[in-house]
Amino acid sequence: MLSIKNLHASIDGKEILKGINLEIKEGEVHAIMGPNGSGKSTLAAVLAGRSEYDVTEGEIIYNGKNLLELEAEDRAREGVFLAFQYPVEIPGVSNINFLKTAIGEIRAYKGLEPIKAKDFLMMLKEKQELVEIDRALVRRSINEGFSGGEKKRNEIFQMAMLEPKLSILDETDSGLDIDALRIVANGVNKLKSEENATIIITHYQRLLDYIIPDFVHILHNGKIVKSGLKELALELEEKGYDFIKEEVEA
Amino acid sequence: MNEVIEEKISAEYKYGFVTDIDADNAPKGLNEDIIRFISAKKNEPEWMLVYRLEAFRHWLTMEEPDWAHVSYQKPDFQEIIYYSAPKPKKVLKSLDEVDPELLKTFQKLGISILEQERLSGVESRVAIDVIVDSVSVKTTFKETLAEKGIIFCSFGEAIQEHPELVQKYMSSVVPSSDNFFAALNSAVFTDGSFCYIPKGVRCPMELSTYFRIEAAGTGQFERTLIIAEEGSQVSYLEGCTAPMRDENQLHAAVVELVAHKNAQIKYSTVQNWYPGDKEGKGGVFNFVTKRGICLEENAKISWTQVETGSAITWKYPSVILKGDNSIGEFYSVAVTNNYQQADTGTKMIHIGKNTKSTIISKGISAGFSNNSYRGLVRIAKGAENARNFSQCDSLLMGDQCGAHTFPYIEIKNNTAVVEHEATTSKIGEDQLFYCKQRGIDNEKAIGLIVNGYCKDVLSQLPMEFAVEAQKLLEVSLEGSVG
Repeated sequence: MLSIKNLHASIDGKEILKGINLEIKEGEVHAIMGPNGSGKSTLAAVLAGRSEYDVTEGEIIYNGKNLLELEAEDRAREGVFLAFQYPVEIPGVSNINFLKTAIGEIRAYKGLEPIKAKDFLMMLKEKQELVEIDRALVRRSINEGFSGGEKKRNEIFQMAMLEPKLSILDETDSGLDIDALRIVANGVNKLKSEENATIIITHYQRLLDYIIPDFVHILHNGKIVKSGLKELALELEEKGYDFIKEEVEA
Repeated sequence: MNEVIEEKISAEYKYGFVTDIDADNAPKGLNEDIIRFISAKKNEPEWMLVYRLEAFRHWLTMEEPDWAHVSYQKPDFQEIIYYSAPKPKKVLKSLDEVDPELLKTFQKLGISILEQERLSGVESRVAIDVIVDSVSVKTTFKETLAEKGIIFCSFGEAIQEHPELVQKYMSSVVPSSDNFFAALNSAVFTDGSFCYIPKGVRCPMELSTYFRIEAAGTGQFERTLIIAEEGSQVSYLEGCTAPMRDENQLHAAVVELVAHKNAQIKYSTVQNWYPGDKEGKGGVFNFVTKRGICLEENAKISWTQVETGSAITWKYPSVILKGDNSIGEFYSVAVTNNYQQADTGTKMIHIGKNTKSTIISKGISAGFSNNSYRGLVRIAKGAENARNFSQCDSLLMGDQCGAHTFPYIEIKNNTAVVEHEATTSKIGEDQLFYCKQRGIDNEKAIGLIVNGYCKDVLSQLPMEFAVEAQKLLEVSLEGSVG
């Protein structure tokens, strides 16, 4: 589904990603871990198409398409979803209106008929229950006055509504208490299927207690320095990032 | 009295009355002959001519104001045609006879549904008065309204049919000497709408006026007067368009609202005069005086405006809160793009006790435009327990535009509570990217964000207008963020 080859990316002339290689198949969950400043969020931003980042080398093939040639909105329409680390507030725009617009755009891109109001409302209700989000929250303006946990939960709700093929969760666990973490993880687990894939970007291992990854990659200084199965995360938790640094620099 | 009138008129006769009364257009320029021409053309009674001439003489002594935060080439008032009758001049019997272009605009404004609604007997209906180049073309639903004693007609007709009401109320809120443009309007206005809601009557439908400037080089000077008697209620809509022209066209209207005891007037405007092209060429100069008075206790006047058009906007819909417990409201969205300039706001004059006013102003500037809020809250000495809340927000798009706020507060009674909040924000890259990441492109995202920002104002508009206003905002800002 996703093939990243020798990806180099920089911002304001400073190179952050220095040759990333990653293969992801349908149905897989990949965790990307790493210390602060290792390039985790940059990778998410480059995949989503933030224009501040310059890709200087390498390629990203997504479902047979050159992802780097697609505009950010077209990537989203092709099924790439980013759950933001810091979701923005958009005052006065209700979640419902926002999602209806987004779904309308995605369907139009695919040449589908607009969704019927009745079907949309049914879907809304169904997904609301699936990810256990408060009905009142869904009706409010996007993230306006939401707590940190509510914002993250709203990201997962949007993910449920938009039914992406590739979901990237950028530090979704940061700032969540244990109950919120469980709810968010439950949502992600319920949305997992044989057709879609998930990238979980996280600093800590604890989210991986709830969402079991198939593969764990450790990012350090703009490169994936170690890949392994879920046990790698535990080892990392136990020994800390210093052990990786030592291993790499040795 | 008659002698005075006669004297005034005859005194001016020495200049001769030479203009061809049958002409459709007055020759361009402004002098007392032109005013006589207009008055004769409209077959007006003498008192009306006297009123006009007095206003004109006063206007001659006045200077065009330049305190607003706008800059433009002042119009040459001798280059303007002050009367232009639309062609053909036949009386239109139904909407079928109206120019299809006009109807298209109605559709855009969401008011073409009125015919269907009449057939289906839907509750929310719209009666409409169409003013093209200063002349009222068509007023609908007159009979239905007349059954309730409501008068809704062109201003010219009101002068003929209801002179006592016109004489009693015209200039009672905006004196003809009020300001430069109001004086000019008083001298040369050719038509407009008149509306009278009798005691205790709740107007069963939205009343609407549609203004259009058609002929080149014409000024439009319309006059609107709305009187709501004790306990009555009315909601009034106003839509404006003008075709694209290279030269600037002048629009100087006067609107007066009078609300008696327990009466309510809601006045909504969607202003979409031609704003000029991308380089700032052409466009309408919109210099408008709008004011209402809550004459007695518990009266309420509410202004809602969505201003997206005009090259220059100079407009301050105001409320004089004279009656005790009366309420004034001002909800405004003003959008400027390219080289448009807007200086708009309101005046809330608190005179009565326990009077309340609310001001919500949302300015949006894009391109190279300048958008100013200018408002005055005055609490008079006797206005015990007056309350005002003002919120003035500015949204900037790009880094070449300007947003300015000029709030004036004058308080002469220490029981007053006046609150003012102001914010300035930019449409953030983060907000736009968030929308894009969900599959929504730039243009649509801006539409969403701007409409969200204006929600508090748009929600005040009647349904038919709210949807159109939203679309209008999107269209006005097209291409404003690259």
